[in-house]
Amino acid sequence: MTDTTLAVPLAGGDGHRTRAAGATVEFRALRRAFGATVALDGLDLTVRPGELLALLGPSGCGKTTALRMLAGFEHPDSGLVLVDGEDVTGVPAHRRDTGMVFQSYSLFPHLNALDNVAFGLRMRKVGAAERRARAAELLELVGLPDHGSRYPHQLSGGQQQRIALARALALRPRVLLLDEPLSALDAKVRLTLREEIRRLQQELGITTLFVTHDQEEALSMADRVAVMRGGRLEQCATPAELYARPATAFVAEFVGTMSRIPGRVVDGGTVEVLGRRLPVDGEAPAVAGGEVDVLVRPEAVRLSHDPAGRARVVATAFLGAVTRVTVTLPGGTPVKADLPTESAAALPPGSAVAVDLPDRPVLVAPRAA
Amino acid sequence: MARLTTLLPRGVSARRPRLWRGAVLACAAAYFLVPLAASVVFTVDVPGKGLSLDAYGQIFRADGFTSSLLLSLELALATIAVVLLLMVPAVVALRLGAPRLRPVVDIVCSLPLVVPPIALVAGIGTVLRWGPEHLAATPFFQTLVAIQNPAFPVVLVLAYTVMALPFVYRALDAGLRAVDVRTLTEAARSCGTSWPRALVHAVLPNLRGALLNASFLTLALVLGEFTVAQLLGFQPFAVWVVNVSGSQAQLSVAVSVLSLLITWALLLALTSFGGGTSRRAAPRRKE
Repeated sequence: MTDTTLAVPLAGGDGHRTRAAGATVEFRALRRAFGATVALDGLDLTVRPGELLALLGPSGCGKTTALRMLAGFEHPDSGLVLVDGEDVTGVPAHRRDTGMVFQSYSLFPHLNALDNVAFGLRMRKVGAAERRARAAELLELVGLPDHGSRYPHQLSGGQQQRIALARALALRPRVLLLDEPLSALDAKVRLTLREEIRRLQQELGITTLFVTHDQEEALSMADRVAVMRGGRLEQCATPAELYARPATAFVAEFVGTMSRIPGRVVDGGTVEVLGRRLPVDGEAPAVAGGEVDVLVRPEAVRLSHDPAGRARVVATAFLGAVTRVTVTLPGGTPVKADLPTESAAALPPGSAVAVDLPDRPVLVAPRAA
Repeated sequence: MARLTTLLPRGVSARRPRLWRGAVLACAAAYFLVPLAASVVFTVDVPGKGLSLDAYGQIFRADGFTSSLLLSLELALATIAVVLLLMVPAVVALRLGAPRLRPVVDIVCSLPLVVPPIALVAGIGTVLRWGPEHLAATPFFQTLVAIQNPAFPVVLVLAYTVMALPFVYRALDAGLRAVDVRTLTEAARSCGTSWPRALVHAVLPNLRGALLNASFLTLALVLGEFTVAQLLGFQPFAVWVVNVSGSQAQLSVAVSVLSLLITWALLLALTSFGGGTSRRAAPRRKE
């Protein structure tokens, strides 16, 4: 079973395909503890109208708790949740006007796809003919117009999540919440559905919060990515900015691949690394003895074959056009470098190489323990 | 091992389990069917007259048959309603709100299995007899009298509710295990449904099999319960069967055979009715 492509263009003027003005969502100083575990520790975040914001972070960073608070399934110990400036903290979940797609398959097993999509409309006592028409329109929107009579167990995982998306959009919510909706799907379907969710979100112009722990997913889909750690916001920026100018060492290492190379701060603005001096990007951390780690992306590391070189290639991983080469420095520090595949062929594991960095500012962080 | 297998005559290894299976099945069938067949023969073989279905005809004409059967069915329906109204919200709340209390509820719901009905009825009897004279004019005393109304003894419904708890709890618990109640209720609520409506429209339809199982077990329990009803002095179906067996042996066995057939019919109906649920629980299709 293959998922058909979601390619329904915005017709305009009718029902769901009309571009809606998205809502503004604000989290203000949200705090929530579960016993001794602090899930949210004063989260402040604003989601702009019509944007897709990804909440990204490792397990237990509080991203799902934040989403569930907006949905009304969790309540903060303190702080406020505002939608379009209106405080909804005390509003029950069914009056929040949000649509949600869950991580696990959440379709009602006793209803077919059409009735699942029409469920919310039935609860709102919309007439049978009207709700069936609207549900059919939504099924068409998610690319499954012929699957209305199928029950959830007759649908693939990808199809179930599309139906769940249609169901979430049925009541024309002000905010769409996606709680890791792709994590249970296999890689190929995940990729297709990712693009389709994005296209649909842009077509409808609906404010969307997307929780994920997959940085690639967040960077490829979102207008902005909010990286969370320990219940707090580390950085909220566009994917390009997050990658190029991470605000903290955590963000730098969580978003994309980063190697740590030992270095030493020589004066306030220069760091000595791999035998050369490079300017520090931002402020150098004040650490005793100036011992720091220099953070470098694999595409910035240059390797050259050098029989006198003290670094050794330990592994290579073919990624298509590029090959990721892992080398160890004399102290045993691993460094990853992305090389064009044809250049990497000359560096088999065990080769002696010289490691070099381009002459531009580098990020530094206190030396890792 | 492979060599050993090749040395065996073809089909021996496959035939032997089949032979055993047949033997075990035959023994089990004999264990159940021989007494049943003996009962049927006893009811239809009238000495000196040959075969006759007269005993079955008498059932419907016998004194007290209809009233006792109707009373039992009414009691069963009332018990099913009370026990489900009590247990469904309780087990859903337990699963969603207080999973840590599960062992406590497990033990409480298993207690009726440990306490024999004779002890239960002794306790109930003592409570019902307790009523000092100065309370005679109070609503409390009148309530005690009302729940012992022989036309519809509510006290039996209360006793049966307690006795059905272990079966109903287990049936519902097994049903809930197969459903992701939290996600279903949250999905329903995000579709603009209030909590009670989410329970009715999103959770209960997916517990159809469990609800039917619980109802059937309760029905079987109430139809066959003798001790409590007899000792409290009421005459539902089981008590009537025992009473009638003293004077009309053939009739009472015919009633037993008939009630067995009714039970089987209900069980078959349940299996075919619940089939839809198991089909829906079939594994998801692959991508």
